[in-house]
Amino acid sequence: MELLLVLGLPLAGTLLLALLGARHFAGELNIGVSFATLAAATLLVVRVIRHGPLLVWHDQFLVDSFNVFLVALTVFVGFTTAIFSRPYMRIEEHHGRLNPRRLRLYHSMYQLFMAAMLLALLTNNMGLLWVAMEAATLSTVLLVSLYRTKASLEAAWKYFILCGVGIALALFGTILLYFAAEQTLGREGMTALLWTHLDAVKEHLEPRVLGLAFVFLLVGYGTKVGLVPLHNWLPDAHAEGPTPVSAVLSGLLLNVALYAVVRCKILAEGSIGSALPGRMLMGFGLLSAVLGAFFLWRQRDIKRLFGYSSIEHMGIITFAFGLGGPVANFAALLHMTVHSLTKSSIFFTAGHASQAAGTQRIDDIRGLAGISPTIGWGLMLGSIAILGMPPFGVFTSEFLILTTAMRDHPWSTPILLIALGVAFAGIFSKVQPMVFGESDAPPLPHSPAMVPVFLHLAMVLTLGLYMPPALAEWYRAAARLIGG
Amino acid sequence: MLKSQLIAQSLKLLAACLLLISFAMLSRRRTQRLVILFAWQGAILFLSTCLVAYDAGLTELWYSAALTLVLKVIALPWILHRLIQRLGAQWDTEPIVNIPITMLAGLALVIFAFGLAQPISMLATTITRNTLGIALAVILLSFLMMITRRKAVTQVIGFLAMENGLFFAATSATYGMPMVIELGIALDLLVGVFILGIFFFQIREQFDSLDLHHLEALRED
Repeated sequence: MELLLVLGLPLAGTLLLALLGARHFAGELNIGVSFATLAAATLLVVRVIRHGPLLVWHDQFLVDSFNVFLVALTVFVGFTTAIFSRPYMRIEEHHGRLNPRRLRLYHSMYQLFMAAMLLALLTNNMGLLWVAMEAATLSTVLLVSLYRTKASLEAAWKYFILCGVGIALALFGTILLYFAAEQTLGREGMTALLWTHLDAVKEHLEPRVLGLAFVFLLVGYGTKVGLVPLHNWLPDAHAEGPTPVSAVLSGLLLNVALYAVVRCKILAEGSIGSALPGRMLMGFGLLSAVLGAFFLWRQRDIKRLFGYSSIEHMGIITFAFGLGGPVANFAALLHMTVHSLTKSSIFFTAGHASQAAGTQRIDDIRGLAGISPTIGWGLMLGSIAILGMPPFGVFTSEFLILTTAMRDHPWSTPILLIALGVAFAGIFSKVQPMVFGESDAPPLPHSPAMVPVFLHLAMVLTLGLYMPPALAEWYRAAARLIGG
Repeated sequence: MLKSQLIAQSLKLLAACLLLISFAMLSRRRTQRLVILFAWQGAILFLSTCLVAYDAGLTELWYSAALTLVLKVIALPWILHRLIQRLGAQWDTEPIVNIPITMLAGLALVIFAFGLAQPISMLATTITRNTLGIALAVILLSFLMMITRRKAVTQVIGFLAMENGLFFAATSATYGMPMVIELGIALDLLVGVFILGIFFFQIREQFDSLDLHHLEALRED
């Protein structure tokens, strides 16, 4: 029942906002739908915590400790982003960059995107997971090209073609997976692609087929995670789309794509019986972390800067999942959470900062603390948090990942440290002059919504200082499930 | 026994035709021609799906064959044709592509695909097992086409050809994936083309051309 609500509410919201999205109260309506989804998801979480994993509707949907936490994160950030987007979009309309028709498209696609992501997370069917991932891609293509400028069209085109190819490769992987499953499970129609069924017989699946399938799935879904060398779409899409979209892309979509990769990794590792899939994740992860960090230095656009920072962090998380074992998985899940919260709050402030300065060029944004102390300090605190400074939660997860890497694969530690150091210097040297300094920019026409920013940062801080035992137990259960 | 052998033989023939068409696509410069070739590819896909459906006696596969006929042989080529006409792009060519080198690269890809698929095809129990390599080759060739071409329409045809290859893989290796998923794929395909249709018009409006060379402003500084 809760499941039905979690999936149905955003879909209903899509239709409702497709009808009413151009009205002046559409922003509030968007918040309302997001809040209802959040409430339904809370009920679902409570139920899963009380009664354990849930497998419903002919086993087509699965809620276990791994995905329920991502569901909670997704709907929460979806809700706060909706709060942020209301004044943000008003200001954009005030500046004449959007009209009511575009806003209708935006609100409707926003809910469709949430629905697609939740479906991808909750389904137990690998085929349906693929369909949901493609739906998420298609709905965001329209969101990225919302401003209809040359640059945004180019970004959306790149995003569509690259992710389209990626998603096609993932489909080939899924076909191979079905092929392997058919050998073992026999022809049972829909059931041969169910993850739980595959998981139960993974030792008997043909390792050669599964190996090849995993390569295709990793490259395919990896494109959406933004792993180097398939990351080209990510900075463009983040820079040219509206800021709420950048926030949900970075904070949520990358996580969901990585979730798909990890589900496939569990199957592949069980079948092959070696650590090869994990090693592949580690390789891709390290490459992304290092190159993402070095690319940071060359960025002149504030949203591109943090787009590359997302590549770096997704690299670190992928690396941690590749390491495997309870501690690294725990750290990876924690890092997923804190990265989403921090990165979306950074995009919120970066969006308002570029609205206040009238440009996204880093060189032209100056003296944010003078224009609006909340925006300036929000950006500063967010940057400090994402760079992994101690009291924040990012430090905890990065520390855990580093120590595990040091124990299991000492060679990788210096590489990781270089990536973190380079990223620190790169971001800090660019953010510092943006926040401090002189500016004569006029104040914003609508007051910005800074509550989500500080709420997110407070949560990240709390996770760094004190982790509630219930949450830790939750992460541990999910980490056990991932194994490796 | 004879009948099933005949079916297996004709499937191999169709698979070979599919590969041939992929090469023909690589060698064509004119966009209009590519649409016709794409329609042919859809027709072959339809025939091969019918054969597998007949042999396996699965009703699901008949549905998906009908879907292929409607979508890939009639609807999509027609939409693409209309799109090209409305954009006045019938005579557009791709001047910069080096055809001989592309063909050689294509050959290398086919060999690679066969090498990759061989150990897996051995495991297949279906009569169409040898065609998995060809399906992979078609996917890779379409990929090559997308990389080498510059026009938006050509890239989309490359993408659609890739989906054809995937669909062929789904029938050849597994006797058709479960129905709901095929529907999802078909739907996504259509939505994708729909979006691209809108896109073309906007690219046209903004840049006065469908040449993607204009889309190179976003680079690393």
